[in-house]
Amino acid sequence: MKENSRRGFMGKAFGAVAGVGAIGSLVAMKKTWDPLPSVKAAGFTTLDMSIYQEGVMVTEKWRGKPIFVLKQTAEMLANAKKNPKDIERLVEVDGSHYMVCIGLCTHLGCIPAFREAKNDFKCACHGGEFTASGNVQKVPPPRGFDIPPFKIDGGKLVLGEVGPEWQSMKDNGVTL
Amino acid sequence: MAHFTKATSVKDWLNQRLAVEKLEKVMASEYWIPKNINFLWAMGMVLVITFVLLLVSGIFLLMYYVPTTAEAFNSVNYTIMREVDFGWLWRHVHGVAASVVFLIIYIHMFTGIYYGSYKKGREMIWISGMLLFVAFSAEAFSGYMLPWGQMSYWAGMVITNLFSGGSLHADGLVEWIRGDYVPAQAFLGRFFMLHVLLIPVAILGLIGLHFGALRIPHVNNQDGEEIDFDAEAKKYLDGDKAGSKVMRFANDFMSKDMMVVGVYLVFFFYLVFYNYGFAMDPVNFDPADGLKTPTHIYPEWYFLWSYEILRPFNIDLGLILFAFAQVIFVLLPFLDRSPNAIPANRRGKAFAIWFWLMLANMIVLTAMGKLPPAGIFSQIGLVSAILFVVQWIALPFITAREKKV
Repeated sequence: MKENSRRGFMGKAFGAVAGVGAIGSLVAMKKTWDPLPSVKAAGFTTLDMSIYQEGVMVTEKWRGKPIFVLKQTAEMLANAKKNPKDIERLVEVDGSHYMVCIGLCTHLGCIPAFREAKNDFKCACHGGEFTASGNVQKVPPPRGFDIPPFKIDGGKLVLGEVGPEWQSMKDNGVTL
Repeated sequence: MAHFTKATSVKDWLNQRLAVEKLEKVMASEYWIPKNINFLWAMGMVLVITFVLLLVSGIFLLMYYVPTTAEAFNSVNYTIMREVDFGWLWRHVHGVAASVVFLIIYIHMFTGIYYGSYKKGREMIWISGMLLFVAFSAEAFSGYMLPWGQMSYWAGMVITNLFSGGSLHADGLVEWIRGDYVPAQAFLGRFFMLHVLLIPVAILGLIGLHFGALRIPHVNNQDGEEIDFDAEAKKYLDGDKAGSKVMRFANDFMSKDMMVVGVYLVFFFYLVFYNYGFAMDPVNFDPADGLKTPTHIYPEWYFLWSYEILRPFNIDLGLILFAFAQVIFVLLPFLDRSPNAIPANRRGKAFAIWFWLMLANMIVLTAMGKLPPAGIFSQIGLVSAILFVVQWIALPFITAREKKV
């Protein structure tokens, strides 16, 4: 019996040491897979909004992802104003309205193509479609394009920084 | 210490230290295989040989492949394909084998389902086999990332996005898996590690488990007959070779096995030399570009059936059904409530129909997964996906009503 309780103690002592070690190594392994500081630090992009032309879809890049910038034409804006779900998604800089979105389908992340003739976006992967203001017009995508965090800085837009306009979009559930 | 005597031969020397004679008996000459089997029982050996082809060709590719986003594409398409003597051979062997191995796995799986080889003590063979299927799928996916072409990149994007869990929006998890906001250097580096080290090690371990799981219940036979292996082995060793229902694994059964392997290798190398194109997607010969999605993104043919189960539904339901399709085969031994462990066609109409419908439906799902999601194909895909789920839900009920044959 004495032997057994000694072995039992040794077993428990080893278990405790191994347990602490296992938790420690899991933490280290998890952290090793985290995005590196250099990756995170490169996460800001500044756009000069004055260079865009109405109705011309331009793809910018932020955090390796495509950013769709579409300066709304008078016709697009008139359409968007009919629907509060559309108008609330647009970003106003110097009196002009822009759609600024992460150009990845919210279904599984393919890049939808802009169809000039129809003024909408179509995703080739699973057939999802989006309007000119970035809302879903055909499933499977579960929601409109995500809007990247932005801050309006005069005539410029800083992507990656949170400004009051974006915060209110987020609070109102316009974007994630 | 055991007692050692002066060795009379090299074999005796080894015998005293490693028991090689006993080992040979256990592993080969007295490992008993039923006689009542057909060429479908050779698929295991065909898979072993294909795995060896993958391993050997992989070793040679690994010597020149560079796992960086800047150089990966060129190291494959220029260095290996043009500069390295016979580099093309290793690449085409690797690519063709990666595709063909799934064809053989599916044949092996459906052979097991047809003959009831997952029942009556053979459950662990089935489960370890399905774990191997999962490991091979992960190996195929991680390997597909390495040439860093357009399909590599976009398959990486789409598949890692699955881990956001639809409406759960676990974007942090997706970024953690990638080590970046999008697939980039960190992503390529870790999938390279998974492909050449961690998953192959897991596969080797699982192969050991799969073979080990076979030892006690033994190999099934064409009639699902319960054989007393000890009695039949004794009969064989006592000289009644013709009357015994079993034979030696080596060299007797092996000679048949290797005959099938020979036929297979002729077919395999015909593909490698003359028809490798099916395993080399043309889209993947464009370097990865994060700002341009290819017009159609589709997985390799062996993932199409499960992809087609994901596709017709909204994201959450699609993900749930996709997960269902991934795990449901593992549960087969427990969902099949029938007392019979005999070929599907002899188990009564219900299961025979279930089996052939499942096989046909998976072929239809595979075909629909390849076609663009539009018009009639969308609808056929939807019906097939629903049928797949319904069949699995119905399985316990139809098999529970099956009469003992």
